[in-house]
Amino acid sequence: MAQTGALGDKIFRTVLLIAATSILLIVAGIFVMMLQNSMPTIERFGIGFLFGREWKPAQEVFGALPFIYGTVVSSVLALILSVPISLGIAIFLVEQAPKGVAKPIAFMVELLAAIPSVVYGLWGIFVLAPFIREYLGPVLQDTLGFIPLFHGRVTGIGMLTGGIILSLMITPIITAVVRDVLEAVPTTQREAALALGATKWETTMIVLGNAASGIAGAVVLGLGRAIGETMAVTMVIGNSPQISASLFEPANTIASLLAANFAEATDRTYLSALIEIGLVLFLVTFTVNGFAKLLIMGVAKRNTKTA
Amino acid sequence: MVNTIMTSLTAICAVFVTFLLLMIIGYIAVRGFSSISFAFLTETPKPVGEGGGIGNSILGSAIMTLLAAVIGMPVGIAAGVYLAEYGRNWYGNTIRFVADTLIGIPSIIIGIFVYTLVVLPMGRQSGLAGGLALAVIMIPIVARTTEEMIKLVPTAMREGALALGAPQWRVAWNIVLPAAASGIATGAMLAIARVTGETAPLLFTALNSRFYNYYLDQPMSSLTVQIFNYATGPFEVEHAMAWAATLILVGTILVINILVRTVTKRRH
Repeated sequence: MAQTGALGDKIFRTVLLIAATSILLIVAGIFVMMLQNSMPTIERFGIGFLFGREWKPAQEVFGALPFIYGTVVSSVLALILSVPISLGIAIFLVEQAPKGVAKPIAFMVELLAAIPSVVYGLWGIFVLAPFIREYLGPVLQDTLGFIPLFHGRVTGIGMLTGGIILSLMITPIITAVVRDVLEAVPTTQREAALALGATKWETTMIVLGNAASGIAGAVVLGLGRAIGETMAVTMVIGNSPQISASLFEPANTIASLLAANFAEATDRTYLSALIEIGLVLFLVTFTVNGFAKLLIMGVAKRNTKTA
Repeated sequence: MVNTIMTSLTAICAVFVTFLLLMIIGYIAVRGFSSISFAFLTETPKPVGEGGGIGNSILGSAIMTLLAAVIGMPVGIAAGVYLAEYGRNWYGNTIRFVADTLIGIPSIIIGIFVYTLVVLPMGRQSGLAGGLALAVIMIPIVARTTEEMIKLVPTAMREGALALGAPQWRVAWNIVLPAAASGIATGAMLAIARVTGETAPLLFTALNSRFYNYYLDQPMSSLTVQIFNYATGPFEVEHAMAWAATLILVGTILVINILVRTVTKRRH
């Protein structure tokens, strides 16, 4: 009996170990397969691939800069719009709202994350883009039109629309993490601040200060999502490989370049170029997510130590 | 003063986002209902202007999601059990960290991975490749929720069984897993809802198809890719079909989410 138990334990543990290791193998496999399949363009164009400003697959000219630019600008735009709102929601839910109000709102914000990307894209094309073309765009141009950011013709399809859609999509993620981080701050800190005569808001600021690195982690996590978000952006950003100062102009991101062109890329060099830019996206998001995880883990550890 | 202003500002943020969600769902419902019919749910796509439907896309989504669940759930659950029962060492920590990072990797990257792994050697896109891509997305999500659920099982239950002389695998299989089963099922259902809505990893693995297709080695249609095609098409009729298909997709996903969450809430 004891022996079959020991053998059973060994088999059971080995099966589980293989399943768990498959996660490592997947990530290693992604890296190896992408590296192998992008070798032709890595060898041919070298590091210049990342800094070229022209993307003309028919003439075998591949410069990734417009897509890197588009990815960075759209993601930063999304963070600028989303971070204050996400912080506001999280503070409201944890620090202010009574439970009966907080629960349904938290649930709704979570549902926002359950809506598929392609649905946001559909909504972006037929609701948000016309709204920007008819209302938001003209208003911005009338008031802030002297800034180059708001020059050009407003078609509703472009960088700004992409950034707004992204901000909506990363809001539930940032909110959820900030909520967890705020809830991890011990109640005694709030009580101490209130006892010293601080107002509710001053107390909240102290709590925010103590949760700072976790909040930073939430923001970085949101950045990672924004960088990799694909379908919704593809549908509203205009898919044009140009670098323009204007937020109204069409642009393109790495992920949307891949979504729009990968299926048609039959030529070996073109396919290699697309996989290479995909490899860049993989490495960047992997690093950003890993960094976010470290920041969030740091907070969790510190609070379990003090509590 | 500052107190009142800031408190109302945070409340406005919460109300604003809630309002946006309701607006999006309401809009989908209104636009979707106006072009839904039985024929639309069962027929295959036809040339523009002749009607047609999304029957084959619904079937394709179901087949590929099922394939993803059949592969992804056992592997994910087993990995989760490993992390919870044997994962308190450097190896477990590494896997946990990599799993969390893998969850955040853009799904289109998973699409490229499966493309190089399955589509290139096979020479064509297939439902198999699409299902595999979805399975890869599912594994880390299921693994992490399984681990969390197993950690909730009281240590006393394990100790009791071990004290009675049961080997560790019996304890895990007959005591811990059944105790955590409902939680694991919740996590798995949410993972299924998540992959049902995925588009990017299917674009060049499963591609699309205009026909009912029951064979995994052939290109396969999906609701999400079909919505993408209709939404970006030039004709008004296509846009109407995109909204109707979206109503089906979002309806399914929201129903799963709401059901799962209300059921689990009641239990705790």
